[in-house]
Amino acid sequence: MGILDKHKVIETNATLLLVLSFLVVTIGGLVQIVPLFYLENTIEEVDGMRPYTPLELAGRDVYLREGCYVCHSQMIRPMRDEVERYGHYSLAAESMYDHPFQWGSKRTGPDLARVGGRYSDDWHVDHLRDPQSVVPESVMPKYGFLEATLLEGEHIGDVMATNAFVGVPYTSEMIEAARADFRAQADPDSDFDGLLERYGESVNVRNFDGQPGVSEADALIAYLQVLGTMVDFSTFTPDASR
Amino acid sequence: MSKKDDDLDYETTGHEWDGIKEYNKPLPRWWLWTFYACIVWGVLYSIAYPAWPGIKSATPGLLGFSTRAEVAEDIARFEEANSGINAQLASVELTEIAQDADLNQYAQNAGAAVFRTWCAQCHGSGAAGAKGYPNLLDDDWLWGGDIEAIHATIAHGIRNEEDPDARWSQMPAFGEMLAEDEISQVVNYVMSLSGEPQDASMVAAGETVYLDNCAACHMDDGTGDRWQGAPNLTDAIWLYGGDYATLTETVTYSRFGVMPPWTERLTEAEIRAVASYVHGLGGGEAPVE
Repeated sequence: MGILDKHKVIETNATLLLVLSFLVVTIGGLVQIVPLFYLENTIEEVDGMRPYTPLELAGRDVYLREGCYVCHSQMIRPMRDEVERYGHYSLAAESMYDHPFQWGSKRTGPDLARVGGRYSDDWHVDHLRDPQSVVPESVMPKYGFLEATLLEGEHIGDVMATNAFVGVPYTSEMIEAARADFRAQADPDSDFDGLLERYGESVNVRNFDGQPGVSEADALIAYLQVLGTMVDFSTFTPDASR
Repeated sequence: MSKKDDDLDYETTGHEWDGIKEYNKPLPRWWLWTFYACIVWGVLYSIAYPAWPGIKSATPGLLGFSTRAEVAEDIARFEEANSGINAQLASVELTEIAQDADLNQYAQNAGAAVFRTWCAQCHGSGAAGAKGYPNLLDDDWLWGGDIEAIHATIAHGIRNEEDPDARWSQMPAFGEMLAEDEISQVVNYVMSLSGEPQDASMVAAGETVYLDNCAACHMDDGTGDRWQGAPNLTDAIWLYGGDYATLTETVTYSRFGVMPPWTERLTEAEIRAVASYVHGLGGGEAPVE
């Protein structure tokens, strides 16, 4: 009669079974989850990451709403073929302000983690309007209606506040200026100094869709054009042990 | 633990709950041994590869495996294999690439791969272009078709803000400067340059408008100016379309085609390879002396 024969005591006492089960699950959970908050390779710090501007954030919402992630991932895996096709493999830190992140490996369309700057704004407009006009073999649906839907940005401050709540470092100044920044980024004739001061000199300020007003296409293209461009890989040395 | 039941021929585990007994039916031996072997494999694996989390880092594993090191090694291996010919490609005079048979063959093949990865989305997988994206198969070049010019265009791009050496020019939007009937006249004149059917009554007036507004870039005879990327209007090759409606749109709102710079994404050898490939597609011109 070893200790293994004592299990009848636990199995016939529901309260004791519950308490001990809880203890087992707790220990298992702590061992699996807690190290993720402290392991250095999951919280690698890189220079250049900034929160999305209001316009980019609105574009990200369009991206999520239209389900772009169903066909496009944003995760370049550390493999030679992917690095040669898409650019430097993605770093965890590059998704640090994404809620939720857009990782994946199922690709009907190409990975978009480094699509920023790869094509001109005009190309994006043509391609969203009629993907087959520039890539005849593409199976992507048409998104021309995005150009026709104008955005006022009345809720973008709330979206930013929600992101701030889950840890994105939007300051109260950024949230207050959200609507002004939202409009300024899509209008190169506007006073966008405040936007650059808050989000950095490298923010793209252009009329992305080439038409008056801030449309959903403006927001989406602003978002696409910043993807994967924040970290300067000419100055980044990867730690090989990660 | 198992007990022989007095009334039955088979063993039970000895558990009894309200008179119900539990049979002892052990798993097959082969299954159990496979199970134990998997446990042993798991322990060895966790020693050989990164596994157990600590406070700041996980155990690195005896084999020193890391995905980052693996991809870096993989890339280095291919770079090493091609390093000789890539160095040669990056250092010779651009005009000499085509004269060295081996180097040219390498450049054409490498360039074709680079083209399909980075260029095909705009210029088409067969390089025939699309509306607004130049056809690279013909002999009509906006910024020059010799190897040096093609190389400069690919390296620095066109009208982009990222590269200070990007080719740059900007056609004014004449909708703000000319009256509607003047635009209509100049469009008819431009159509007459390439022999397209046009309203002959407007051509004479259109020529005056043309010489006052367009000739500075597109030249008096309409043959264009490659220093400014101003297209030749006398051939029948159109980037956006040569019909009346499209030309009116072009003159009224102007065009602003952008190409990204590639120096940050591609190596010098890759840029030279794809320049050789594009030059060799059919329309490549001899070097300017």
